[in-house]
Amino acid sequence: MSEHIVKAFEDELKALDSQIAKMGGLAEEALGRAILALDRRDPEIAEQAIRDDKAIDDLERLVEEQAISIIARRQPMALDLRQIVTAIRVASDLERIGDLSKNIAKRALAVAAEPHPKQVMLGIKHIGLSALEQLKNVLNAYSSRDADKAMKVWLRDERIDNMYNSLFRELLTYMMEDPRNIGICTHLLFGAKNIERIGDHATNIAETIHYLVHGAAISEDRPKGDVTSYTIVEFPELHWKNGKD
Amino acid sequence: MMQMQTTMTEGADVTAAVGSRTSASSTANDAIMRARQVSVFYGAKQALFDVNLDMPGKAVTALIGPSGCGKSTFLRCLNRMNDTIEGARVTGQITIESDDIYAPHVDPVQLRARVGMVFQKPNPFPKSIFENVAYGPRIHGLARTKSELEEIVVTSLQKAGLFNEVKDRLHDAGTGLSGGQQQRLCIARAIAVSPEVILMDEPCSALDPIATAKIEELMDELRQNYCIVIVTHSMQQAARVSQRTAFFHLGILVEEGETSQIFTNPKDNRTQDYITGRFG
Repeated sequence: MSEHIVKAFEDELKALDSQIAKMGGLAEEALGRAILALDRRDPEIAEQAIRDDKAIDDLERLVEEQAISIIARRQPMALDLRQIVTAIRVASDLERIGDLSKNIAKRALAVAAEPHPKQVMLGIKHIGLSALEQLKNVLNAYSSRDADKAMKVWLRDERIDNMYNSLFRELLTYMMEDPRNIGICTHLLFGAKNIERIGDHATNIAETIHYLVHGAAISEDRPKGDVTSYTIVEFPELHWKNGKD
Repeated sequence: MMQMQTTMTEGADVTAAVGSRTSASSTANDAIMRARQVSVFYGAKQALFDVNLDMPGKAVTALIGPSGCGKSTFLRCLNRMNDTIEGARVTGQITIESDDIYAPHVDPVQLRARVGMVFQKPNPFPKSIFENVAYGPRIHGLARTKSELEEIVVTSLQKAGLFNEVKDRLHDAGTGLSGGQQQRLCIARAIAVSPEVILMDEPCSALDPIATAKIEELMDELRQNYCIVIVTHSMQQAARVSQRTAFFHLGILVEEGETSQIFTNPKDNRTQDYITGRFG
């Protein structure tokens, strides 16, 4: 694609893109830190992750201001218009990812001193790293304007949903087994849910990239795997009767 | 162009939809004017190459493109204004309601009553406001009595959104009006002979933004009853006022489609480059 005749316009669009790249980097970092804080039970890393969020919020505001200013002053058309709408949408998804990461970090802080159920922790780390990978891939797809790559991210979210389903069941079972687990398990459940939603935001970004490149929404329905809204875990009566913990 | 013809054949199946023309989607089967394989030569130089375009009724069709792309040449074919240019030759077919406008028996003067034109610079006759509007109906014999003529003048001025501003000075000179008013007077003059199509060649380029807004509002009202074709250099104006947009480049009709599609997701890279300001 050749450049705009008006160079300042070209520069403004590039600036918008670099803000998004910066936001994406920060969001990745925040999610990475939040997962690490949970995994290592490290309050310092958690606090760092909580502090990170402000920079992401500030950048979102900046992207929004710049985008509105470009629309007002340059009346962008076609690909330019789609690029600006895309920037606003992606920035808002990244801002949400930042918030969710911050929330995970807060929960990591709350449960840092408690004993963690090992199996569940492995599961959470696993789902967290999967979401992080999805985020990385979708940000790469954005910077290279690669709709096929974005589509792959979009299709892979189902895996995260499935991981979340099994974590949901597992955590509920722990809580039923011993009410003393309820505190930590609730925090971990919300943490896992936040990660699952970060995955959803990555698919939102993937959809936005598809729109940016092709000028149309993805026509098929995304395979969705999160069934926890309908899930009931039976009370493990047998464990009690047999005197197991 | 092939795409457009496909739309046309498909359009034959949906004649039922003609009755419920919506503002957003005027399809090709509503076409009042059709151009088929239209080429224009100025002497040996070919200015327009095989243009196929359907211009629907009750809609504004905008012709856009860089200077010298052939859009004004095309517009001028639609009411045979090119006849007046020496050495100009038009081939292909243009029809209005299936009448061939270049058929030998067609009188260009009669044709121009069916296909009115508004120019870039307002060009009222050096006569009174009343006479400017009354002239056309009079020479075409559209009014039998004086009161009929008066009625035509008043309704035309009303339709052009000018009547309230000039009702107390209908016999003042038309040239004494402001630019925007003069342009609306020219529109009233065009409407007075009950045309089916109104052509506008950059009707707002000499007007300030408020006068421009008034003309654009007027176009939106007029399209309820007319087929309007406008040439404009302002992409924003094309985006604002038209339902269909056609992009010309180097004498070729590059792309034609629904305005919202052309301005959000053009199919051709040349269209994309032009409307995003990447070449001039």
